[in-house]
Amino acid sequence: MENKNKSLIDYLLILGDNSLILGHRLSELCGHGPSLETDIALTNISLDLFGQVRSYFQYAAELTGGDSTEDTIAMKRMDREYRHTWLVEQPNKDFAYVIGRQFLFDAFHLPLLEQLVNSKDEMIAAVAAKSIKESRYHLRFSSSWMERLGDGTQESHQRMQSAINDLYPFTYEFFEETETEKLIFEAGIGADLKVIESTYRQTVKDVFAKANLEIPTAPARKTDGKKGIHSEQLGFILAELQFMQRAYPNMTW
Amino acid sequence: MKGNPIWEVFIRSKNGLEHRHVGSLHAEDAKMAMENARDVYTRRQEGVSIWVVESKHITASNPSESGEMFDPAKDKAYRHPTFYDLPDELEHI
Amino acid sequence: MKNIKDQEAAFQARIDAGEKIEPKDWMPEKYRKTHIRQISQHAHSEIVGMLPEGNWITRTPTLRRKVGLLAKVQDEAGHGLYLYSAAETLGISRDELFHQLHTGKAKYSSIFNYPTMTWADIGAIGWLVDGAAIINQVMLTRTSFGPYARAMVRICKEESFHQRQGYEIMLTLCQGTPEQKAMAQDALNRWWWPSLMMFGPRDEESPNTEQSVKWKIKRKTNDELRQQFIDITVPQAEVLGITIPDPDLKWNEERQHYDFGEINWDEFWQVVEGNGPCNKERLQARNDAWNNGAWVRNAARAHAEKRAEQKKVAEAI
Repeated sequence: MENKNKSLIDYLLILGDNSLILGHRLSELCGHGPSLETDIALTNISLDLFGQVRSYFQYAAELTGGDSTEDTIAMKRMDREYRHTWLVEQPNKDFAYVIGRQFLFDAFHLPLLEQLVNSKDEMIAAVAAKSIKESRYHLRFSSSWMERLGDGTQESHQRMQSAINDLYPFTYEFFEETETEKLIFEAGIGADLKVIESTYRQTVKDVFAKANLEIPTAPARKTDGKKGIHSEQLGFILAELQFMQRAYPNMTW
Repeated sequence: MKGNPIWEVFIRSKNGLEHRHVGSLHAEDAKMAMENARDVYTRRQEGVSIWVVESKHITASNPSESGEMFDPAKDKAYRHPTFYDLPDELEHI
Repeated sequence: MKNIKDQEAAFQARIDAGEKIEPKDWMPEKYRKTHIRQISQHAHSEIVGMLPEGNWITRTPTLRRKVGLLAKVQDEAGHGLYLYSAAETLGISRDELFHQLHTGKAKYSSIFNYPTMTWADIGAIGWLVDGAAIINQVMLTRTSFGPYARAMVRICKEESFHQRQGYEIMLTLCQGTPEQKAMAQDALNRWWWPSLMMFGPRDEESPNTEQSVKWKIKRKTNDELRQQFIDITVPQAEVLGITIPDPDLKWNEERQHYDFGEINWDEFWQVVEGNGPCNKERLQARNDAWNNGAWVRNAARAHAEKRAEQKKVAEAI
């Protein structure tokens, strides 16, 4: 029982941390987007992601017991305990990066949720059922912008291609099954990463074709985010994300 | 650089009701206008259906012609039920 | 053709009778210009106002606070958008209005030129700054220009949660540890006077008030609104148990209002003139967002044109 809970909590972190860190990156943009309309749209995505985070972490806190809450999970873990992939912590270098990062995540996230709606774990299935609609819209939004930027001007095409060239090699990590993911999949709770990968490849192929973008051939980056090994970006993210909880511990806000 | 086009947004708040004008926004094309309308104007469950139309495609009546346009309808009281005198005790009519 | 005096008199009579003025209606040039200026200043204030609060989105103490603040700052983008749209009905483009903001030609509310140093500032802004703004905005829902009034109705509806959010943040701090309560007090100390300045100069130094009242842009004078704000806010501070930083503040039984101390008008004009603590940073942030977004907007334009062209060709075949 304890072992099963441990894997499940671990799995919830893998799910939740991707949304947490990507939501954080998007939230940095609020007030700084290229137009009011895109500013509002990206904030909607960020809010959807934080909503998912809260559901996953509230559940994880319940399973953990003791003093654990959604906030201690989000803001009081050490850097090695975060389980998101490297893609989502990449910085908002320009709007092409923001869109590229979003699209690559959405293309993975939607088929993941499509499997999780059938999870044997009722909580996960319920969160997935709610999130799947959000994710479907995110993919629609990011695909539209991939197309606009990939097709638009010479400059936008170059920026989009270069963002993708940098970001794409991080996406292989999605499909490298960790011990936790394997256990959870076998228990009927998790997802089959191989199925997700083939859907993902197809989505990428379709959208890249419409956007006149080339699928990068650069090899996978050797990253282990899901095992808690992160880029140098995470420290800075946590310095902000955890600031209040660290500077003023054990208070109510 | 010239600004991008303005679009008018109409939202049906629930089935059974008509679409109502709720505001405007900027977008380069219809697809973008639709997505922007969804993100800007339905964040609080305001709607179940959206129409967007580029503002320049709307033909509007001219206020300086309001007299001939709308005043002639004013004295046509016979188009309204209260114009016809019927006894009070009469029912279902 | 009626002469202009008659037209103006007829126009004013419509406003006096409670009629709304719509964009295509005849209006005095001064009415149009004043409204473009006022509505766009209001819009700029929403957009610049995103910055000091946006500053704390990545550092909120909890996830619940994060979604609340994020939604609030997002609303401000929406409110800016509604207001720019209202101004655009008067024949000026959003790009032109942005240009006025970015070049420092247009003004926005000076309150946003103060820094948000601590988390409590987010509470204080919601409570005081939004509180002061709401007083103005509720009044504006009944203004004479239709698109402005409608935008304000929508904004007031959406903003009702903003002030509650701010007050709840303050209340939680004041019920927390001594350190938290001190943080709340410090925020009140810094935001109180700038909030009072939001209502603008004293009536005797506000030459446009009479005209604004005639056009229902204003229904009360700056000083009346300021008094209303103080009267509402003092009891709210008492509930929090923190002290308003004004030794002269006290209830005047005869006037049935609070008396209050002298506002530092020198500071007010300094900040208006661009020398406030954060004026440069705010304008820089807006300029950066706009300039960094130029290639994105160009790309969207180019893409739309290409698609339209392809559609035309396809239809011609």
